[in-house]
Amino acid sequence: MAFDFTQETVKAWRRENGRVGVRNHVLILPVDDISNAACEAVANNVKGTMAIPHAYGRLQFGEDLDLHFRTIIGTGANPNVAAVVVIGIEPEWTKIIVDGIAKTGKPVEGFWIEQNGDFETIRRASWKAKEFVHWASELQKEDCPLTDLWVSTKCGESDTTTGLSSCPTVGNMYDKLLPHGLYGVFGETSEITGAEHICEKRAANPEAAAKFMKTWKAYQDDVIEQFKTSDLSDSQPTKGNILGGLTTIEEKALGNLEKIGRTSTYIDVLEPAEAPAKGAGLYFMDTSSAAAECVTLMAAAGYVIHTFPTGQGNVVGNPIVPVIKISGNPRTLRTMAEHIDVDVTGVLTREMTIDQAGDALIEMIKRTANGRMTAAEALGHREFSMTKLYRSA
Amino acid sequence: MTTHPQLLVHGKADNVGVVVVEGLTAGTDMLCVCTEDNSDFRLTAKADIPIGHKVALQDLQAGDTVLKYGEDIGKMVGAAERGGHVHTHNLKTKRW
Repeated sequence: MAFDFTQETVKAWRRENGRVGVRNHVLILPVDDISNAACEAVANNVKGTMAIPHAYGRLQFGEDLDLHFRTIIGTGANPNVAAVVVIGIEPEWTKIIVDGIAKTGKPVEGFWIEQNGDFETIRRASWKAKEFVHWASELQKEDCPLTDLWVSTKCGESDTTTGLSSCPTVGNMYDKLLPHGLYGVFGETSEITGAEHICEKRAANPEAAAKFMKTWKAYQDDVIEQFKTSDLSDSQPTKGNILGGLTTIEEKALGNLEKIGRTSTYIDVLEPAEAPAKGAGLYFMDTSSAAAECVTLMAAAGYVIHTFPTGQGNVVGNPIVPVIKISGNPRTLRTMAEHIDVDVTGVLTREMTIDQAGDALIEMIKRTANGRMTAAEALGHREFSMTKLYRSA
Repeated sequence: MTTHPQLLVHGKADNVGVVVVEGLTAGTDMLCVCTEDNSDFRLTAKADIPIGHKVALQDLQAGDTVLKYGEDIGKMVGAAERGGHVHTHNLKTKRW
């Protein structure tokens, strides 16, 4: 099966700002934790909408507040989202979110609970949500180049099979598609530890290399050195990693980096949830290595499909972005096959090459873009986890 | 099934490989394949080693550097004989 990648198309939604989305969600998006109940009530009233409750949004300040806004705005702005109802406790921060999402040109309207109460807010927001659902449900898909997609990656519950099979499968996909206009991103700052010297060399330019090393070192100095009690051996590698045969952080990092393939290089380093701004290609994002936090940040940066290699079987999903699971571990395929979209166990039995595995993943990306629900979507995995930098005021 | 390898090795320079089958028992004459060039060799497993876990390709002593992907993944803090199990009981990061 040979692809001419420049000719491949998918049926997807071309949004007002030109970006391509593969899902057509109408979101009911809380600005803050105390607006979750109103959002969930609206989503219950109006079928075809989805509330994304979360834990934060009050008394945050500085860089942490910036990240909160960037994550919420980015989630609403993602091309997988057709329209957004925003609900906050008060009007001013609600307006910041609405104005941020409105820059994409998509329909968005904000509501606030103070001086209205939950009942009146829910009533008014439900009317708007219903209007958005009728409008969004008539939007037509069109043929879009496969390489107009933004595809992110992060692995989870890794073991030694991920470095042998599922991670190089993603790397092969990137090596094939990035040169033709795809946007990619990888992250997991703490998990690069042990292979940071190799990651540094995979920068496309000296500025990106320096930015990566600065980001990586800042994490070591500001987080690990400040908060560690002994070392990270109890968390990195995780207990699941160790059960799967991974022993050291170096070993885990080397397997992780297989996701960027043989020839791909990153052109810039992004802040958490920051949208890439230097054109098509691969980016590194400063993220946690925790699955839901990382996928949430990449979705907020505008990525529309996530490719997720797993060894021991991470089950994570995301509310707005389909998460494609790839595994080469035969025990995981035997015991939890309902979570896996792309089976690459053939790489371990030497019946499938990495090149063939990469093609199988590209085929699954196309099918997912065309509408196939991922395992995580079918199973209702909608983990939305905000990254928080420090305690609120 | 007999043509499926029980052990995969990333690079020619590596001194450990990875068990890729379930239920491997001590005494198994393993077919080992190096993914770098598809070359193969045989090695006898000296222990029951779970899928995903590492096997020493040569006798390793405390202090030896363990190579996988051709890279340093840590140091031995105990011994492992050729065909023996390498994991948290005898291998540790050099970082922390």
